[in-house]
Amino acid sequence: MGELGEFSLKYKIFLKTYSWRRIDPVPFAPLTKALPECRLGLVSSAGFVLPGQEPFDEGVRGGDPSFRCIPWDSDPRDLVEYHKSDAFDHSGILQDPNLGFPLERVRELASMGKIGSVAPRHLSFMGSITAPGRLIKRTAPEAAEIFVEDKVDLALLVPV
Amino acid sequence: MSLVAAALERRGIPTVVLQLLRMVTEKVRPPRALFVPFKHGFPLGLPGRPEVQLRVLEAALQLFERPDPVPFIIDYAP
Repeated sequence: MGELGEFSLKYKIFLKTYSWRRIDPVPFAPLTKALPECRLGLVSSAGFVLPGQEPFDEGVRGGDPSFRCIPWDSDPRDLVEYHKSDAFDHSGILQDPNLGFPLERVRELASMGKIGSVAPRHLSFMGSITAPGRLIKRTAPEAAEIFVEDKVDLALLVPV
Repeated sequence: MSLVAAALERRGIPTVVLQLLRMVTEKVRPPRALFVPFKHGFPLGLPGRPEVQLRVLEAALQLFERPDPVPFIIDYAP
C-alpha cells in the first residue's frame, strides 16, 4: 500500500516536511475525442533509458530534470533503470519494466481498440526531483512540445 | 509527475497521473489522479501480470471521461 508507513523514518520525515509545489491554478485540458480515437503518450519517472542514450546524472543537485524519448516500439526489456533511490523496492520494475513504463500494455490497449494509437515517442524522467525549478520552467514544457508535435491526445503518467 | 502533467495540460493535452501517496496528491493537485493501492515501485500492481497492469490502465483511461471538476482523485478498486 502506497502510504507513509512503508517508508523508513528518514523518508517519512522528508515527505511530511518537504515543501511540495502546489499546482495553482490547476490547468485543465478536456478530452476532445472518444478514447478509441485518441493517441496515447506515456510518461514515466522510473529513470529508464535505452542503451546508447545518456544516463540520468545522479550528481545533479536537486535531481536531474532532463528526459529521454523512448520510441513506441522499444522492447521494455532493453530499458535500463537509473533511479537510484533507496526509498522504494526496485525489484518489480527490474523484473518487469512494464510495471513502471507499460510500453507493451499500451500497445495492447491500441490493438484491443481501447485507444486509437500509441504515440511515436514516450517520455522518461527521473523521479525524486527535490528542486523542481528547472523541470517546471524548462524541461516539462519542452517535453510537452514533443507530445504536441506528435499529436498526442492524452497522456498517462506513471510514477514509481 | 504531477508537475509534468500540469505542463502537458497547459499545452492542451489531458492527463491522468497514477498516484501512490494520497498526501502528496492532495498537496500538489494534479488535475486527474488515480490513487492506486500499491506500494512504491509497483505502480501497476504486480510484475509479470499483464492482466493486472491492463486493469489499472483501463481504470486510468476512464478518468478522462469523468465530468468532475478538476482537481479530483479517484480510488482504484482492484
